[in-house]
Amino acid sequence: MTVSETRHRELGLTDAEFERIVTLLGRAPNDVELAMFSLLWSEHCAYKHSRKLLRRLPTEGARVLLGPGENAGAVSIGDGWAVAFKVESHNHPSAVEPFQGAATGVGGILRDVFALGARPIAVLDSLRFGELESERSRYLFDRVVAGIGHYGNSIGVPTVGGEVYFEAPYEHNCLVNAMCVGLARAEATIRSAAAGPGNAIVLMGASTGRDGIGGASVLASAELEHGEEKRPSVQIGDPFEEAKLLECCLELLDRGLLVALQDLGAAGLTSSAGEMASKGGVGIDIDVERVPLREADMEPFEVMVSESQERMLAVVEPQRLDEVIALCERWETGAAVIGEVTGSGDFRVLRDGEVIGEMPVGALVDGCPLYDLAPAEPESWIYGNREPEPTTDPGGAGSGAEEAGATLLALLASPSIASKRWAFEQYDSVVLSHTVRRPEAVDAAVLHLHEADATIAVAIDGNGRRVACEPYAGTIEAVLECAQNLACSGAEPLGLTNCLNFGNPEKPHVAWQLDRSTQGLADACAALGVPVVGGNVSLYNETEEGPIYPTPVVGMVGELPDPTRAGGLAAGDGDAIAVCGPFSPSLAGSELAKIRGELGPGLPSLPIAALSAAIALVRDAVRSGLTTAAHDVSDGGLACALAEMAIAGEIGLEVDLDPLVELRGCSGETCLFGEGAGGFVLAGSRASLEALADAGIDLVLVGAAGGDRIVISAAEAEIAVALADAARAWRSLGERLEAVPVP
Amino acid sequence: MIGVLQFPGSCDERDAVLACERVDEARLVWHREAELGDLAAVVIPGGFSYGDYLRAGAIARFAPAMEAVREFAAAGRPVLGICNGFQVLCEAGLLPGALLPNAGLRFVCRQVEVEVERTDTAATAACQRGDRLSIPVKHLSGRWFAPPQALAELEESGRIVFRYAAGENPNGSVADVAGMANERGNVVGLMPHPEHAVDPLTGSADGLKLFESLVRSAAPAAV
Repeated sequence: MTVSETRHRELGLTDAEFERIVTLLGRAPNDVELAMFSLLWSEHCAYKHSRKLLRRLPTEGARVLLGPGENAGAVSIGDGWAVAFKVESHNHPSAVEPFQGAATGVGGILRDVFALGARPIAVLDSLRFGELESERSRYLFDRVVAGIGHYGNSIGVPTVGGEVYFEAPYEHNCLVNAMCVGLARAEATIRSAAAGPGNAIVLMGASTGRDGIGGASVLASAELEHGEEKRPSVQIGDPFEEAKLLECCLELLDRGLLVALQDLGAAGLTSSAGEMASKGGVGIDIDVERVPLREADMEPFEVMVSESQERMLAVVEPQRLDEVIALCERWETGAAVIGEVTGSGDFRVLRDGEVIGEMPVGALVDGCPLYDLAPAEPESWIYGNREPEPTTDPGGAGSGAEEAGATLLALLASPSIASKRWAFEQYDSVVLSHTVRRPEAVDAAVLHLHEADATIAVAIDGNGRRVACEPYAGTIEAVLECAQNLACSGAEPLGLTNCLNFGNPEKPHVAWQLDRSTQGLADACAALGVPVVGGNVSLYNETEEGPIYPTPVVGMVGELPDPTRAGGLAAGDGDAIAVCGPFSPSLAGSELAKIRGELGPGLPSLPIAALSAAIALVRDAVRSGLTTAAHDVSDGGLACALAEMAIAGEIGLEVDLDPLVELRGCSGETCLFGEGAGGFVLAGSRASLEALADAGIDLVLVGAAGGDRIVISAAEAEIAVALADAARAWRSLGERLEAVPVP
Repeated sequence: MIGVLQFPGSCDERDAVLACERVDEARLVWHREAELGDLAAVVIPGGFSYGDYLRAGAIARFAPAMEAVREFAAAGRPVLGICNGFQVLCEAGLLPGALLPNAGLRFVCRQVEVEVERTDTAATAACQRGDRLSIPVKHLSGRWFAPPQALAELEESGRIVFRYAAGENPNGSVADVAGMANERGNVVGLMPHPEHAVDPLTGSADGLKLFESLVRSAAPAAV
C-alpha cells in the first residue's frame, strides 16, 4: 500500500473498516471525508465495542423523560420540573494535561446538560489516581482538583460531591469522570434532532482553532502511550466563554427561538452536525469558509474535526435569525450561520459553495460496524499485590487492642478512605443556594430546589478494586452503594447514569470484565427498579503497564419529601448506635486486604432482594426523623464507618459487635474491617432505634455515643483509640499533600 | 427595590437577588445600564466578572454600571460588594486596599466565623457590635492587604467592619480583615458571602442581618 492508502490506519481505522467506507460511498473517501469517518467511527463516538452490551440495561421508568441517546438523561421531579444528568469521562486528556483535561471535562458535561435547556445546578466528580506515594499521582491529583475548581467555580455551578481512590493500576492512566445535574421545566427540554429543510445552522460561542484535533480517535480511543507527545490533542478551557454561552443558550431556549440545540464535544462539528442530522432524518450542509476561525490557514478537515471548546450548534428558522443573533450579541458570544438543514439525507461539506465532501448521514453516523467481544476470564489475579509493610511493632505481638487500634488508624489515614476535605474545599459547593448537605455532611449531597419546591440527593460511586476482584458482584455493589448513600440522606433513586471505564476491549480478559460488569449493572438496576437514563463508555484505559482496574462509575439522582429531614453523618452525644442490613463482612477485596498485599479474585455473592428491602427501610427511617445519623458501611468496614460518624459528631463511642460476630459467624477482625454491600450504621435515641427494630428492620443495637474515645470490641479484636487520634488520621490527607511540594 | 449588578461572568447574582428578596424587592442591573434610578441600595455580587483573567475586578470597574455606582456611592446611598464585588470596589478605588491571591494559593470554600466591629455602616446597622456571624467564604483572591502605615490609619479611623474570628482567617488577610467600609460608611465590601447565609436550611441565617441593614440604611434617603 502507498502512504495515502495507509492513511486510514494512522487515523485509527482498520483495513476492514476502510473497505466498508469505500463500499458505503461507492468510491474511496477524500481526505476531508476520511478524517470525518475516522472520528465518528472511533470507539469514543461509535461505541463499537460496547453498544451491543449496553442494550442489556433497563432504561424504562415512570419518571423517565429522556433516556439514553439524548445529550443527557432526564427524570421528572413533579410539578412539571425535570432533572437532567449525565456522567462523562475525560481520562486521557487529564493524564496528558491534568489541569486543562479536568477543566474541559467539566466544561463538556455542562454543555451536555444545558444543550437540553436545563440550567446546570451541580457537578460531582469521580477520580482515580495511582498511589499517593507516587510523585506523578500527587501532581495529577493536585492539578485535576485545581482544574475542576477552575472551571466549576468560575462558571458558578457548585461541585457538591464526588469520590477519589488511589490505586496502583491508575498510575499511568488516571480517571477523571465528571457528572452534571441540571434543572429544567419538563415541557421546555429540547431535543437535538435537526428538522426543517431550509432552517439555518448556527454555530455559537468560541471561534474554532486547531486545539483538540483528533482527540476522540488519537487520544480517547487508543491505549495511552507517549502521553507527552499527545499534549497538542488536549483542548484548552475558557469558563468565561462558556458562562456567557450558557446564559445565552438558556435565554434563547426560554424565548423559544431554537428548533434544536447540540453541544460540540468529541469530533467537533462532524459529530455534532452528523448526530443532529441523523436524529432528524435530514441532510445538512456546512460551509467551512463561514466558520469563524482562530487561525487563518486551517484545512477544511481541521475545521470539521476541531475540538475547540465552548461551542454549541443550533438549528434556527430563518425568520428568527435576527433575534437569535441580537441575543448572542447582548451576551457577547459569537454566532455565525455556517450552513443549513437540507432534505437530501447527505452530510455535505462546502468551501465557498464548492462541495468538498459528501457522505450519506446514515453511513457516517450509523454505518460503523459493531463488534462482538471475545471475553475470556483470566486464569489468575492480573493486578499484582503490594509488598506487605514490615510490622510496626518490632517488640513482638502486641495486645489485641493495640493491633486492631493501629489497623483502624492506618485505614482511616489510607488516602482512599481519609477525608477529602483538601480537595472539596477547593470547590464552590454553595453557589445557586440549593445546597442543604455539603460534601462529607452525609453520604450524598442534598439540594433543595427552591424554584421547583423539590429536594433531590445526588451521589456518585464505584470501587474498581472490588470490580477487579469480581466484575459482576463488584458492579452490583457499586449500584447498591450509590442507592445506600442516597438512603442515608433519605432519598429514593429516580434514575442512574454511568461511565464504564475499562481497558482495551479487544483483549479477552478486559472483554470479560466489561461483559460481566455490564450484566451486573443491568441486573442491579432491574432489581432496584432504577432506570439507566444515560451514560458514557471509556475504553482503552491502559498502558504498556497493563489495564486499569475495571471501573464502572454510577451516578444517581434521588428525591426526598422534606429537606428539613435530610439525613446526616454526625453521631450525637448519648445516641444509641445500631448496625442494620443484610451485611456479611468479608476481607476479600477490602482496603485491609490491599494494605496486607492479599488481593485476589472473588467476592461473596449478594442477596440483592434483601439488600433492596434494607435500603428502603433505612430511607424511611431517615425520612421519618427516627435517626440522627445514618452511614453506609463501605471502605474500611464497620470500624471505619463508626469512626467517621464519631469524628463528624466530635463525640466518642463505645460499641460491642459480639452479637454481629455471632450472627454472621465471622472473626472479630473480619467484623471490624470486612467490606461488602448492604450494611448501615444508624444513630438515634434508643427508643427510636428500638421502634425501628419493632417495625421489622433487621437491626442490632451495639452501643452508644459518648466520651472522647472510640472503643469497639468484636470477639478477639478490640479497638480503643482516642477520638482525637482517629480524627487526626482521617484528616491527614491535606498535610501529606502540602508536606511534599508538587513538582 | 435593591439592585444587584450582573456582569458577564457573575456567579452569585441570583443568590444575591434571592437574599435581597427576603427583606425587600430586588432586580438584576445589567452591566451596561448607566442609570440606577431610585434603587434603595446596590449589591455588587460574587463571581468572576469578565472572566477575571487579568486581575479580579480589574475590568468590571470600567463597566457603565460601575460609573453609576460611583455616583450612587457619592450621594451617600448604600452599596454592598460581596467577594468579587469587594474586589471590584477596591479596584474602583471606592474602598481601600487590595485583594491578593490567598496565602495558600488555592481556592477555598469554607464556613467561617466573622466578627462585626462596627454597627454604623450601611451593611451592619442591624447588627450588634461583637456579633459573631457564621458565613461561607469561597474565593481564590481574598487576602486583603494594605501597607503597614495605611493599615494603621484605617485601623485608627475604624474602617475595618468585619474581621475573621481568631483562628478562622482562611486566606492570610492582614489583621484578619474580612470586610471594609469607606469613610462615610455607606460603601461596604467583604469577602464572605452573606447571601449564602440567609436560611438555616442551607447552613446559616446570620448573613440576613447585612441585607436588613441595607434596607434600614436606605430608609432615610427615601424620605
